[in-house]
Amino acid sequence: MHYQTESWNSYMSQKINITNDPLQHIERLASENAVVIFSISSCCMCHAVKRLLCGMGVNPTVYELDQDPMRGKEMEMALMMLLGNSCTPSVVPVVFIGGKLVGGMDRVMTSHINGSLVPLLKQAGALWL
Amino acid sequence: MQGFKAAQSPTFDLTTSDMFCQSPFYLRNDEGNLHVTRYEDLGELEQAAAGELHQEGSIYSSTMMKPNIDPFLTNDLPFGVLRTSLGSGEMGSSATCVVDVGCEEQFLNQPGPAKVTGRFSTMVDAGQFMLNNCSISSRMVDVGNVGALGNGNFENWGDSCLADHSHSQQTDTSTDVDTDDKFQFFEERHEPLIVAESREEGKGKYGDQKALRRLAQNREAARKSRLRKKAYVQQLETSRIKLAQLEQELKRVRQQGSLVGHGLSRNQSQNANGNGALAFDMEYARWLEEHQRLINELRTAVNSHLCDNELRVHIDAVMGHYDEIFRLKLIGTKSDVFHMLSGMWKTPAERCFMWLGGFRSSDLLKILGNHVEPLTEPQLIGICSLQQSSQEAEDALTQGLEALQQSLSETLSSNCLGPTGSGNVADYMGQMATAMGQLAMLEIFVHQGDLLRQQTLHQLRRILTIRQAARALLAMSDYMSRLRALSSLWSARPKN
Repeated sequence: MHYQTESWNSYMSQKINITNDPLQHIERLASENAVVIFSISSCCMCHAVKRLLCGMGVNPTVYELDQDPMRGKEMEMALMMLLGNSCTPSVVPVVFIGGKLVGGMDRVMTSHINGSLVPLLKQAGALWL
Repeated sequence: MQGFKAAQSPTFDLTTSDMFCQSPFYLRNDEGNLHVTRYEDLGELEQAAAGELHQEGSIYSSTMMKPNIDPFLTNDLPFGVLRTSLGSGEMGSSATCVVDVGCEEQFLNQPGPAKVTGRFSTMVDAGQFMLNNCSISSRMVDVGNVGALGNGNFENWGDSCLADHSHSQQTDTSTDVDTDDKFQFFEERHEPLIVAESREEGKGKYGDQKALRRLAQNREAARKSRLRKKAYVQQLETSRIKLAQLEQELKRVRQQGSLVGHGLSRNQSQNANGNGALAFDMEYARWLEEHQRLINELRTAVNSHLCDNELRVHIDAVMGHYDEIFRLKLIGTKSDVFHMLSGMWKTPAERCFMWLGGFRSSDLLKILGNHVEPLTEPQLIGICSLQQSSQEAEDALTQGLEALQQSLSETLSSNCLGPTGSGNVADYMGQMATAMGQLAMLEIFVHQGDLLRQQTLHQLRRILTIRQAARALLAMSDYMSRLRALSSLWSARPKN
């Protein structure tokens, strides 16, 4: 019984995917795909980062926070905490590659220019060239 | 001079017009009889004076003896001549006027052709001098009290002589003469003018016609020159005031600029757009100067074939200085993003190649050309991938910017007015709020553009060797300098 309950609980939590912690939720979403972008549909910088990654041949998974009525806001807050003190008015876009946090547009661009982005993508399996 | 003084024995009644009029004045033809009379007297006088004059110099005597029918010769007759002409005894009154003042010495012995008009002008001049320097007005009144032999002729002549006077370098006197009331009564009293030297009436008549014409011309010219002078002085005054204002403003802006430059890095408060733009422009100018200095140092270092370590110092200085401009640009973008975007802080030719508030990072590598050769294989790959990634990043940002423009225009063009024309204020305000938020994104885009430029520079530095990096920095700086020089040439070109 004890054993069954435990497995049942873990099974249930897995299946239902209920977590109260948005951060955990974010992390889980990020780990599900090679490249994950948290964005807002009206944000133009998000559009830019999507263009950048798509232009490189990557197929990113995009989560539009404004289209998630239940958890969008809290996820945004969580992302803000995750990124630390940034001077941009909006936290998005936030890019995860291979489950690991890369950062906002500036981080993505910096890593792309210094040549570290492509190896990272390849490592995560987002690029095969 | 003593000779003259000796000659000044007043043998005539000082108040008679005859005496006064005889020496320097023309007598108009309608005063013929008087004319004759005067001449008789004058002849004696002149003989006497001539004798005196001869002592002083032939120039004066020639004036006295020669009939001078042209009354409007140039006005450079010195005072001295006037005095000599007045030197004869019967003209002692007027001479006395002058002499008593004791001012004659300043004008005496000045060389110059003795001309008749000159006499009157200098008389006027003398009178003006007297009026300016001593109170001799009573004397002038005496002179003015002389009876009227002529009529308007005097007026004309006096006027023209005043006009004539204005042609002289003593322009202040001319305006003074204009406004001087004392001389009014020369005209008012219609003093007769006698040609002192002319012995023939016929010549005098012919001369008068020409004289009249020339009088009129001189009057006009004098008036015009007075007006011109007034206008010029007016212009000078306004320019002076404007200059003072500009200097003050410049000082104020400089102070503000230096304050802003120091203060912004500490506090986050937004400055007024004007201040932000000006502050950045000033900082940029300063940066540019320093940049030139560092580049020149690098150039001398390269040319003197220093070792790598010493070159590295110079290179790091230049790179650090580039970081400085990006920091300044961040501040400038925060305070006035549109000024940064406009590129007004760059020269026109530079502006041509501008992208998102600065140079194109993808162009950077094209500029280098052959300067960094020879490149090793890894270096070549590095350069190529850098070129590609900077191009991709640029494209991404450009597309993001286009999306921003699109959404902004959509926001502003959305119809918030109902069919009846009654606008929903809340909708309008909402629209504006959205648009404001979208505009705020511009700052982020410009910042990203600068970041891209900065990263590209640093990556280039990492790929290249010391010597290659030195050459690359010099090549880049030269390219920018040439663009700036091109701008100067362009703006200085002759416009058809």
